[in-house]
Formats: sequence, C-alpha cells, structure tokens
Amino acid sequence: MSDVLVKSVADKYAELIKQKENEDGSELSILNLGPTHPATHGIFQNVLLMDGERIVEAESTIGYIHRAFEKIAENRPFYQITPLTDRMNYCSSPINNMGWWMTVEKLLKIEVPQRAQYIRVIMMELARIADHLVCNSILAVDAGAFTGFLYVFQYREKIYEIYEELCGSRLTTNMGRIGGLERDLSDTGFRKLKAFLKEFPAAFKEFEDLVSRNRIFMDRCIDVGAISAEKAIAYGFTGPNLRAAGVDYDIRISNPYSSYQDFEFDIPVGKSGDTYDRYCVRNSEIWESVRIIQQAFDKMPKGPYHADVPDYYLPPKEEVYNNMEALIYHFKIVMGEIPVPKGEVYHSVEGGNGELGFYLISDGSRVPYRLHFRRPCFIYYQAFAEMVKGHLLSDAIVMLSSMNVIAGELDS
Amino acid sequence: MSNEIKMVEAPAGVAGEGFFATQIDQVVGLARSKSLWPLPFATSCCGIEFMATMAPHYDLARFGSERPSFSPRQADMLMVMGTIAKKMAPVLRQVYEQMAEPRWVISVGACACSGGIFDTYSVLQGIDKIIPVDVYVPGCPPRPEQILDGIMKLQELVKNEPMRRRNSPEYKALLASYGIIVN
Amino acid sequence: MALANEIILQKIQEKFGESVKNFTEPYGLITFEVDKSKVIDLLQFMRDDETLRFNFLTTLCGVHYPDNEIESQFAVVYHMHNWMDNVRVRFKTYLNGENPEVESATNVFLTANWMERETYDFYGIIFKGHPDLRRILNMDEMVSFPMRREFPLEDGGRTDKDDRYFGRLPNNENLN
Ligand code: SF4
Repeated sequence: MSDVLVKSVADKYAELIKQKENEDGSELSILNLGPTHPATHGIFQNVLLMDGERIVEAESTIGYIHRAFEKIAENRPFYQITPLTDRMNYCSSPINNMGWWMTVEKLLKIEVPQRAQYIRVIMMELARIADHLVCNSILAVDAGAFTGFLYVFQYREKIYEIYEELCGSRLTTNMGRIGGLERDLSDTGFRKLKAFLKEFPAAFKEFEDLVSRNRIFMDRCIDVGAISAEKAIAYGFTGPNLRAAGVDYDIRISNPYSSYQDFEFDIPVGKSGDTYDRYCVRNSEIWESVRIIQQAFDKMPKGPYHADVPDYYLPPKEEVYNNMEALIYHFKIVMGEIPVPKGEVYHSVEGGNGELGFYLISDGSRVPYRLHFRRPCFIYYQAFAEMVKGHLLSDAIVMLSSMNVIAGELDS
Repeated sequence: MSNEIKMVEAPAGVAGEGFFATQIDQVVGLARSKSLWPLPFATSCCGIEFMATMAPHYDLARFGSERPSFSPRQADMLMVMGTIAKKMAPVLRQVYEQMAEPRWVISVGACACSGGIFDTYSVLQGIDKIIPVDVYVPGCPPRPEQILDGIMKLQELVKNEPMRRRNSPEYKALLASYGIIVN
Repeated sequence: MALANEIILQKIQEKFGESVKNFTEPYGLITFEVDKSKVIDLLQFMRDDETLRFNFLTTLCGVHYPDNEIESQFAVVYHMHNWMDNVRVRFKTYLNGENPEVESATNVFLTANWMERETYDFYGIIFKGHPDLRRILNMDEMVSFPMRREFPLEDGGRTDKDDRYFGRLPNNENLN
C-alpha cells in the first residue's frame, strides 16, 4: 500500500524530474523515508525528491497510528476520556490529563482548591521537563552524541517515580479527577520531589555542558530548518517551536490556568527559529520549569486536594466497599450518569509542544456530543515538508527530532 | 564492581579429558538465546517505555540485546510496541517477511496484543491477525520490568527450540495460515 | 483589556449585517453563526481589520448534526485568537447535509490546509479551492466518513466479543 503511495507521489514528481534533466542534465531521485525508519522517532513517512544529498521536494504522509480518539470520545463518559488524553502526547501525559479536567471543570463551573492546583502545576511542569528531556536528548543522539541521552534519562525515571506516588503509573498516568486529584501527594512523594529538585539541576547542567556548546552539535544545528515568525504563525505553530522563532506566546501567561499567575517565571524566546534555537528554548524552559516547581513546592498551601462536589468526584474507596450509597454513586459517576449542562467550551493549556486545546460540545447527555482536540503537533507538522526543502537529508532528520513531533498526538 | 565473571551453565553432556560432547541443538540454542538482536518496531506510547528499557536504568543490553538492529535483515527478534493501525499493518507484515529465519516476535502492550483500549475502526485488533507471535507482554504500557520478563521468556523459548523446527511441516503450515509463503 | 466583546460584535455586524446571526457568549467566548458564502470574507476581515486583529486561526473542526434539517446537518467551527489583545472568538457555519461544501480557508491561513484535510477525512466536507484535498489520517481506500454519527465506532472484525463468553447464551458448552 505504501508502494502505491510512493508511486502516486512519484508521478507527481515526474514532471519536475524531466524539467530538471532538460535544464542541466542532472538527475533527481526519489527516496522514501519511513514510515519505519530508524532515524525517525515515530511513524512518519516522507517521500523526498533528492538532488544528490539535497532535498528538492517533500511530501509528508501521516495517519499510520490513527486511533480515532475523537470518535471514541463521542462514545465515552468523561471519566473514560482521560485515558485517551494520556495516549495523545505520551511524553507528557499529565498535561493532557489536567487540560481535560480543566475543560470539564470549566463546563461544570467547578472551583478547584488551591492545593490541588499547586500539585497540578508541579505535575504539569514535571511532565514538561520529561517531554523536553526526551526531545533534546534524542536530538543530541541524532546529531551523534549518545552520552547525553544516557545522562538525563535517569532523571526521567525519577520523574516517573514521583508520578507513581500520585497516580500509580508511569507513562499513561490517568491522573486527577473532576474537581481535583484522586489523592494527596504523599510524604514520600514530597521527599522524592525534594530530592529531584536538588539533584536534577546538577545533572542537567552536565548535559548542557556536554552538548550545548559542542562544536559538532552546533554545526549540525545552527541555521538548519529556520522558520520566520510570520511563517510560523501562519502555519499555526505554538509552543517551543514558535518561541524559538521569537514570539513570546505562552498560554501559561496569556490565559493563566491552575494558578500559574502565582508563580514567577520567564518565557525564553529564540531568534531565528532554527534547530539550535529550538534546542535552546527547550533547555531554558526546563530551567524555568524547575523554578516553577520550586516555588510551588515552597508555597504549597494546606487544605483539601479536591473540591467538594460529590456529584462528580468519586467517593473514597473504603466507602465504596462498605457503603451502599457510595457504591451507587461510584457506579453512577463512572458510567457518566452525572448532571451535565448543555453548552460548549474551549479550553487550552500549554502542552509540551504548544497550545493543546479541547473543544467540547455537550448536549447534556452522558457522553460529549463532540470533542475536538487541538493537537499542536498535527498543526505544525504540516510545515515540515516546506522547511526541509533545500536541506541535506541528514539535516532533515535533525529537524524532525528538534520539532518534537509525537506520533500519538499527530495522528490522533 | 566485582571482577567475578559469570558463565552460563553448560548444557547436559558427556565430559572427558579434552572433550565435551552434547547436542548441537542445545549449544546453538544457548548461543542464540544470549544474543538476540532486537528490531524495535515502536509506534507509540509503548515505544517510550521501550526507550526506558534501553536506557541505563533498566539496561536491556544485559540480556545480550546490546545492539538494536534497525534493519530487518539482521534482526532475530521483532519487538512490536504500540498501536498498529490498519494503515500500518502492511508495513509491519513486510518487515516481518524481510526478516531471515529464525525469527521471533514479541508483542509488547495491550495494543499490539489485542488492540487494547482502541477497539475502533482504524486499529488492527492484535498483530497476531497478520503475523505469528511468540511472546505476548500485557500492560498498557507494560513496565520495563515486564518487557524484560518477556524477553527472558523468549530466551527460554529460543534456548529450547529444536534445530529442525523451522523446517517442519507444522511451522510451514503455521506461516501458510498467515499467507506467508516460504520457499 | 483593549478589545471588548461589544466592539467585536458591532464591527462584525456593521460589515456583514444579515449574514451573521445568533450571537451568544457561552463561558465568555463570543460565538456566532455565519452564512457559508461569507466565511472566507469574514476570516479575512477578522485578520486584517485594524481593531480586530485576529491573527491566529487556532483550530477548525467539523460537527455532524444528523437530526437537524437538511440545510444544517453539518457545521464547521472556527476558533480565532487575537494575540495582541488576547481575545478569542468562535464562529460556525452550517452546511447542507447532502453535499456539504464550503470555501477553503487555505488562502487566508496556511495552517488551515491539514485541518481541512482532516475535516474532509472525518466528515466528507468539501473545501472548495483547497490545493490538495485528500484523506489524511485514514486509508485512501476508505469510502465512508468515519466521524459521521451513523458510522460505527467499533471494528466489525472482532470475534472474541462473543456474548457466550459472558454467559449470556444457553449454549456455553459449545465454546471453541
Ligand atoms: S498498549 Fe497502551 S501504552 Fe501501549 S501503545 Fe497501546 S495505548 Fe499506548
């Protein structure tokens, strides 16, 4: 099947090839990169028209792991949609989870207590660190620096351990509830967090020292895949990739959610929007995230960790096992028999890759009438075909890693 | 770090002065099981857990899988991790066909095993619909320990596999039932 | 806050008069409907007008309402965002259920390209003037449009979802 596709693209290129041959006798060739190419992390297919090592034209095909999130969401009650959001950007699941809960809370007009908001912020920032760590270390691997990856991955494990304290799982976290969190972050959790805050900066500094000013790495990245701010906005870029082009658009600042206004942090921006800037912006964002976590950790308010909304918040497990009422409530909530108003909301959070939006139309029934995810990767990946034009093949790989396209989010 | 070097136990055999006789099956199985070259076919979330498995914390290399082989031609063990959409299915199948015998398949994660939570029109409901699978690792995603356990289970299989299995009519029939023709 | 919702309302009404209607503000986000022939003009106006400055097309998606009258069975929903004043708007346009067609926004916003392809892929809504309107996520061989409400979610090929496994049929012993 992919052969058919390659062929159809090849037909499209045929004219160009002929034209070029007539011009100066040079020969263009067609190269199919992907969908399972070791150098592309995830499932992307690009059919490239090459002039020697240089890319003349590119055509991206996606959808190789299309899982029909939006269709599933139309058939599931709210509590069963979080597992879907986990699997969207699986490098930073908590951000997706929280974004979804905040959308629901907006629809139901629920106020979340301060403590829950702060813990949510910590989790989201940890997720952002994990996300950027993957992206940057893999970028370094693609540029030939394997060691950095080994250094920082250890710390991703530590982040996972903190997640585990709050929700019990590592990657697909399914964290939170309508109105707050399912449990308070335990003492062990706080201890681990404290240890992380102490150890991580040193280790990450080491990674930066190792990679950031490395001559080879810089040569591979600087001026590769630059995109101007205007172009980036027109293509719908958001998140680190846009900020690398010099636009300071960040939803944490422009539409603060979950108490982000309480913290002090900067938005790092780049200048030229090339691969190196993207790398640097992500690195600086990691430092900012550490700052935010530190502040939230220091200022952690006391109080309840979930809102008092028995209609939506699952009753505690001991009650469910021992008390008829609670069992019924549990069942009702899980099956979606909760009072939901009619209406439509749009809520967005700053995901690992940009503006992660949820557009929810509710018709008052137990499942959403329509739930549309604004997936940042999907939207900015369309620029890739244009960005690679004129670059070397090996640069295309580096660019792809630096854009941090997550297949799950791309293909929905 | 200890300097102690651990050796695998030799298979049962007859030892005498200057010789050791045993079945070749067992020797070959032993050697193979400790140097399985994986072909990571990672599509989505489970692939990220595989990354963690490769990374120093869990270190897959301890099990003789130091070198992930990205070319199907030189791989022994196909590790399918993540959702396989119907659009992807022919590609997976092609990769399997390109691998040389003997080849083993581990299906990692609920999605690869059965479609997982994605019982939808676009997702293949289990890769065993298109290729034969040796070891299933459940979980969504499985923890790295589970993935390692799956690999150890496979090592056990490899170790005890008779030499002639791949030539047997049963094996050919199995492949034929998937529509894979072997010459 | 520089740009109040009233100003936006007034501006748009002035320019488009009858073609825009049903202004509401659910959860503080301005929402209205626009006639399908005016969508592109509206997008362009919203982007280029000196006071409105909606410079960013956040997202675009389709919705299917099979229970509506034939003239309004499909909707395309646009979300725009003004980054300078930090205001968002949402507008919808309703399309015919039998041949849903609307002008493509690709000439105004490059980013609309894949969003429209996705919407076409899911709902079969034709975006006229789109440079490359093909399926994007699903297989090219697919003939139906999966996000339409009547399309079943589940894969028909599952054999293990057999009621007998749950003891719902008498002949449990015949499992094999
Ligand atoms: S089994 Fe779960 S974690 Fe693995 S690919 Fe499927 S959804 Fe993702």
